[in-house]
Amino acid sequence: MPSPTYRREMPQRYRLEAAKCKKCGKLFFPPRLVCAGCGSKEFDKTKLSETGTILSHTMIRVAPADFATQVPYAIAIVESDNGVRVTTQVVDCKPEDLEIGKKVKFIFRKLYEEGHTGIICYGYKTVLV
Amino acid sequence: MREVAVVGCGMTKFGELWEKSLRDIFVEAALKAIDDAGVDHIDSMYVGAMTPGLFVGQEHISALMADYLGIAPIPAMRVESACCSSGMALRLGLFEISSGYSDIVLVGGVEKMNDGADATYALATAADQEYEVYQGVTFPGLYALIARAHMHRYGTTREQLAAVSVKNHHNGTMNPNAQFQREVTLEQVMNATLVADPLTVLDSSPVSDGAACVVLTSVDFAKQLKVPSVKILGSGAATDTLALHNREDITTLKAVKLSGKAAYKMAGIKPSDIDVAEVHDCFSIAEICIIEELGFTEKGKGGPFTEQGNTALEGKIPVNPSGGLKSKGHPVGATGIAQVVEVVEQLRGNAGKRQVKNAKIGLTQNMGGSGGSSVVHIFTTT
Repeated sequence: MPSPTYRREMPQRYRLEAAKCKKCGKLFFPPRLVCAGCGSKEFDKTKLSETGTILSHTMIRVAPADFATQVPYAIAIVESDNGVRVTTQVVDCKPEDLEIGKKVKFIFRKLYEEGHTGIICYGYKTVLV
Repeated sequence: MREVAVVGCGMTKFGELWEKSLRDIFVEAALKAIDDAGVDHIDSMYVGAMTPGLFVGQEHISALMADYLGIAPIPAMRVESACCSSGMALRLGLFEISSGYSDIVLVGGVEKMNDGADATYALATAADQEYEVYQGVTFPGLYALIARAHMHRYGTTREQLAAVSVKNHHNGTMNPNAQFQREVTLEQVMNATLVADPLTVLDSSPVSDGAACVVLTSVDFAKQLKVPSVKILGSGAATDTLALHNREDITTLKAVKLSGKAAYKMAGIKPSDIDVAEVHDCFSIAEICIIEELGFTEKGKGGPFTEQGNTALEGKIPVNPSGGLKSKGHPVGATGIAQVVEVVEQLRGNAGKRQVKNAKIGLTQNMGGSGGSSVVHIFTTT
């Protein structure tokens, strides 16, 4: 992940910042320039709820180089309580603890280290509630 | 609008082609297709490839391939839509001839995935880099998320997923161009090494090298060539959210459904008219979802429909007689045109031991990423 990209995405990775369409109320994470629901271009700043529900899950056992030392790790699609879906790791749990419908909360963690000399990449993960 | 025909096709064997380069495999497939068509020149060319830049460090392959095929200075363009790059390229070739702009167009696809690149990383660039890949998800991981949700909602079983791989490997034993020409059993698929739970390595298409090409002309021009040609009846393409998590329902491949609908409409036919189909079984669960979206069975019934043998070579609607991506191999950029090569050979009656009896109408469905793009074509005998 090149550093400018990393810096640009910090509001989402660090603070879960999202956008709410002023016209139709649909939430977007990350924020967009055009509402995919109604085409409006005006948004209010908002935030993902810090808790959500597992919609599906898997254990990654073959990972790209940056994540190779972490396998196996759990990945889930989580719907936040205010209705936004994200792909995220679920940590501090056993594979058999994961189930569709279980509640999770977002936490701030290190994700990986970029290459040999790159920056440490932080962001959100989730834990079971 | 002129009607368009496929007049020639050719492909390399798919597999780990250590002794051949990216340019060599494309030229090999292209020469076979040109020879098969019996044309003396090419007006224009489209090459589908997902990411030769990441796989072998080579971009700008449109000019490279025209040069090495000895057909420069004709116009040539590379087309990219992840794993459906060459399916989309066919659409452009179709439009170019249909519009009357060119008379003879070569459309091909190529990928060289075994030259040492991190294939898991390269393939993952088809997903959302910032909001999926950044979290550590992989392509098998995305399809595993679809599989788990499909199993939870519709009761699809682990055995039903495995039945897709067993069927496609069986078909692959009859395809001399397939990467794996051997049978696998249900137990082998289910007990193989897990890649992303619940999917094992035998639910997954392999990392492959390969190329495939077809020659297109107008139907009228095809009559002068005196080769068995196949007419393109319909073409449809659609997109969906790039990130799987942004879809209303992660078990629905909306782009597949809409691309199919558009192709059926253009062809003026319905799903039950299809005699043979080549679909994008990059993972076992993908074939189950796709046959639902294309209307071969009801939503949620893809698992039992497969298990009951309806998609087998002798079944109600034979799916992936070539062995599919699973057994034939999946050099991502080449897959879309390789599907067309199979359907053309089926409609010509040239498919040997895997020939579907009385095949008159065939369909190809080629998909990008986790379903962010899809393209469907329908063909018929002339």
